[in-house]
Amino acid sequence: MTDENDSTNKTDPSGGADWTRREMLAVLAGTASAALAGTAHAAEPSSAHKQEPPADPTRTPGTGPSARGERSPFETTERIAAYGVISGTPLHQLHGTLTPADLHFERHHAGIPNIDPSKHEFMIHGLVERPIKLSMSDLLRFPAVSRIAFLECSGNLRIDAGPETTPQFLCGLTSQSEWTGVALSTLLREVGLRPNAKWLLAEGSDAAVLSRSIPIEKAMDDAIIAYAQNGEALRPGQGYPLRLFLPGWEGNTNVKWLRRIEVSDRPFMTREETSKYSEPIKGGHIRSFSFTMDARSVITTPTYPEHIERGWHDIRGIAWSGRGRIAKVEVSVDGGRRWENARLLGPVLPKAHTRFSLPWRWGGGTAELSSRATDETGYVQPTRRALIDARGVGSIPYHLNPIVSWLVETDGRMLYKAEPWG
Amino acid sequence: MTRGIAPQRLQSLTISVLSCVVGMVLGCAPATNQNLESNNNADPTAQPAGHFAIGRTPTPREITAWNIDIMPDGEGLPTGSGTVAEGRELYLAQCKNCHGLEGRGGPFDRLAGRLPEDAFPFDQDPLAKHTIGNYWPFSTTIFDYTRRAMPMDRPGSLEDNEVYALTAYLLFLNDFVGEEARIDRETLPTIVMPSRDRFIRDDRRGGPEIR
Repeated sequence: MTDENDSTNKTDPSGGADWTRREMLAVLAGTASAALAGTAHAAEPSSAHKQEPPADPTRTPGTGPSARGERSPFETTERIAAYGVISGTPLHQLHGTLTPADLHFERHHAGIPNIDPSKHEFMIHGLVERPIKLSMSDLLRFPAVSRIAFLECSGNLRIDAGPETTPQFLCGLTSQSEWTGVALSTLLREVGLRPNAKWLLAEGSDAAVLSRSIPIEKAMDDAIIAYAQNGEALRPGQGYPLRLFLPGWEGNTNVKWLRRIEVSDRPFMTREETSKYSEPIKGGHIRSFSFTMDARSVITTPTYPEHIERGWHDIRGIAWSGRGRIAKVEVSVDGGRRWENARLLGPVLPKAHTRFSLPWRWGGGTAELSSRATDETGYVQPTRRALIDARGVGSIPYHLNPIVSWLVETDGRMLYKAEPWG
Repeated sequence: MTRGIAPQRLQSLTISVLSCVVGMVLGCAPATNQNLESNNNADPTAQPAGHFAIGRTPTPREITAWNIDIMPDGEGLPTGSGTVAEGRELYLAQCKNCHGLEGRGGPFDRLAGRLPEDAFPFDQDPLAKHTIGNYWPFSTTIFDYTRRAMPMDRPGSLEDNEVYALTAYLLFLNDFVGEEARIDRETLPTIVMPSRDRFIRDDRRGGPEIR
């Protein structure tokens, strides 16, 4: 057991770092066991597919349809769970931009609650004309909205990662889904905002009763009270049966297991938005309510743990910005001396993971692959040096979006370019 | 639409009236009105006229039961009180294993620790420990968070007097109150935390500047 590791190990967005903590959490909150159970279920192939494949599949009748599909037993991609409170999306093993719901990253603050949707209620009160309490079936009667957008934890960079690091381990706390629900603006018009309504509190019904203050402008702009993800009900780890979804904003504000919104004339200053999810910056300040996720990109292949062979490869990755669309992604294969525009694979949606691609021929020498995103506001993904210069080396672990690089060894081995923070 | 026209729909009054007429023929379904209005560039998710009138009005008791948040000025604080001595006893029984003796040295968050002259090393020192005394901006948040989420294995189990007592003990450990202190709804909001004025709103705005 290490001494006081919560604030010490700031590379861990959960605030803890060792097996002692993980075991303790598992006992206290049941989160680790819940996460493991979920993984086991996802990886369990149907019995019909456990058999050794025939040498020639055209000479053996196949299996019939089933009530629920499973992945091929050859596909073993999984989330990596850590500390009992997070699990990361295998970015380097996925294609396109939509994250399968069972591989969406997780961050829980007191475990995943077990909620019966027929008993779940959602209340809006405070500075409103007509407080309201809605059942899940009530919510389904309102006009629906759908939107494809990313969701990212704001503590999504392992600053102490070593060379043998995958994109999943480095920054797997970002995922993308089609979210469906009711526009929060619809519900706020329904209850009628008082003229002094400026902020609202979103509160979950998990054991942390997690709560965050949200400005009314965001609530009326593009906030969704979401009940569905990629066409089906939310997964329990994503807030089943109801969550707040705020396109482009740090994951923690997207309150899961949502049960209450209180409208107020000022922010509530909860623990999550003061002692956590705030950034000490130069000048003796603490930046708070830093909601928007700045533009970022990461190459997802080729990366560690791949070994590549000589010849053509497609350098692929994802780029995203909480402020709008990705305008450009540049790729360098020589450590940032020269940059070339990558191709953006459509659709290029605002506040959404955007896939990029650049064919590249490896001739056998050392190389350093990097990507750099620019969004439609003109923001260019910074180097880690630029981030540290702007904020201070102690401004961790939130909102770190530096350019990251992958090294190609002469034998084709891929490694993460590990650099000290500061 | 039987409950009148909401202020935000007044600009669409003409459309709403038209929709009502058609709506009556079709059974006054909001979705019908919504479809008609979408041809006029109205927000298709907006109320057709008045309100959807879905759901129910929560009772005052239902609102009170869930309305547990505490504001920095003390709004929401319940009656009751607790002392440092009572808090120490509760802390040793229910908090020490995670947060360490006297708020230090446990496997979870360090809770205690002011810095000399309330210094601020955090932007330059990644290893500096954030504590209640050197980082939290409001004393009321201690009460709010402890009551809603602690202790981790029995969240929500503490009585209000117990939460006041633990808050008093944590304030004592951070040198904000003396050992004889009793904390209640009047005294808690008066304690000013040294980091309060360090908190600024997000100043990142997009564009070329890195902040």
